[in-house]
Amino acid sequence: MKQVLMGNHALSYGAKVSRAQVISAYPITPQTEVVELLSKMCASGELKAKFIKVESEHSAMAALIGASATGVRTFTATSSQGLAHMHEMLHWAAGARTPIVMGNVNRAFAPPWSVWTEQNDSLSQRDTGWMQLYAQNNQEVLDSVIQAYKVAETFDLPAMVILAAFVLSHTSETVEIPKQEKVDEFLPPYEREYKLDTDQPHAFGGLADPDNYFELRYKIQKAMEKAAVKWEEVGEEFEEIFGRKYGLVETYKVSDAKNLIVSSATIASTARNAVDALRSKGIKVGLLRIRVFRPFPAKQIRAILNSVDKAIVIDRNIGFGASGIFYQEVKAAMYNEKNTPPIFGVVTGLGGRDVSSKDIIEIYQSVIREEEPKSDIIWKGLKE
Amino acid sequence: MAKKSDKKITFKKEKEMPPYAISFYSMEFNKTVSWRNFRPIIDYDKCTSCMICWKYCPEAAIDLKKKKAKGKEKLTPVINYEYCKGCGICWEECPVDAIDIEEEAG
Repeated sequence: MKQVLMGNHALSYGAKVSRAQVISAYPITPQTEVVELLSKMCASGELKAKFIKVESEHSAMAALIGASATGVRTFTATSSQGLAHMHEMLHWAAGARTPIVMGNVNRAFAPPWSVWTEQNDSLSQRDTGWMQLYAQNNQEVLDSVIQAYKVAETFDLPAMVILAAFVLSHTSETVEIPKQEKVDEFLPPYEREYKLDTDQPHAFGGLADPDNYFELRYKIQKAMEKAAVKWEEVGEEFEEIFGRKYGLVETYKVSDAKNLIVSSATIASTARNAVDALRSKGIKVGLLRIRVFRPFPAKQIRAILNSVDKAIVIDRNIGFGASGIFYQEVKAAMYNEKNTPPIFGVVTGLGGRDVSSKDIIEIYQSVIREEEPKSDIIWKGLKE
Repeated sequence: MAKKSDKKITFKKEKEMPPYAISFYSMEFNKTVSWRNFRPIIDYDKCTSCMICWKYCPEAAIDLKKKKAKGKEKLTPVINYEYCKGCGICWEECPVDAIDIEEEAG
């Protein structure tokens, strides 16, 4: 069934058709509608889930870690300050190997207060052991929640489905809500090996001495590596049932591309228009959209970047004291490659400043003239 | 899972280990006696069985047992030294100073 949905409600419907069993969340702009709709669904019985109201995001995540440890499917959503407040529990969720799925609406950090989009909130959680997926439209938001459960529950790793504040969260688009029986066919109920269960009591998350801790961290990394393969398989399986294909990355007109634009989330979807406009002038440019950021799709990125002359990474985030964060990661993935092209790093659109197709064309045309990058950051759209 | 007496579990290989930190046996077998530096001791001549120590014990290491005191059988707090960690909360909270605390020898 097709409906006109804002990105936030696409998250809610994603959780609903995935049959989330425990939902715990605290409202924060611009995420509020996600849990508002879910709490309504729980109250009306439309969704048979336990909705736990809490006093903070830290508690929301803590509640879900406990719930997930009993072997049920869990969901929450947050944004920005709320995600930062969860930080300690994010490490806990990953260490406890609880496959929680969370929606995060990318919103800039305070101060100064902002409710507009920027990726620093989720990227600050890069090393917590959560998988991260940056969606480009509302359909992908909904579809990614379903896929995230499948990957997360295969490896007992938590996953974050990330969408841009307002650009997706409050923008209405046509979204196909998959039929329940088809989602059930795709996504079986969650099975957990060791459960929090009064009939078989175990203590969870206790002390691991240096004799044991190391291997548990190794296991998270190995699970991440396997998850990188699984995301691709799940994307193909999803296409067979629902007709929409997904992978770790998405490419657009790269087969004959001389130069490449690399970006993520909604800047990447806008960049498609820029690529079309540039190609209409005979410029051979392609687009690489990094959809899944953790596990990092280094293999897919290498396969494409090895065959282009130059690449421009556009970041709506900044690693202060260094450069754009996707830029750092792409460069690191390419460093030991034989045919590494010059890679340029653009930082733009912080705090939700609009990045239009025209802006991306200007970024491409001005940056591509350079032989090689003169600095780690090329600022664009800044009042200099 | 079969309940066996608790002993230090050593894994030789990463693959033998569960994916997350769990105890294999219940707390019934995971004694925390070695944690204790101070031993609380109840003086049953002073104890009124008010049960305040039982309520305050953060480790549930005080049990209530039927005991004969002054000819009558009543519920009386008994410290379980297999689990008591010696935090001293019972000693602090006892309203009639019926709990003394001593340093553990060795």
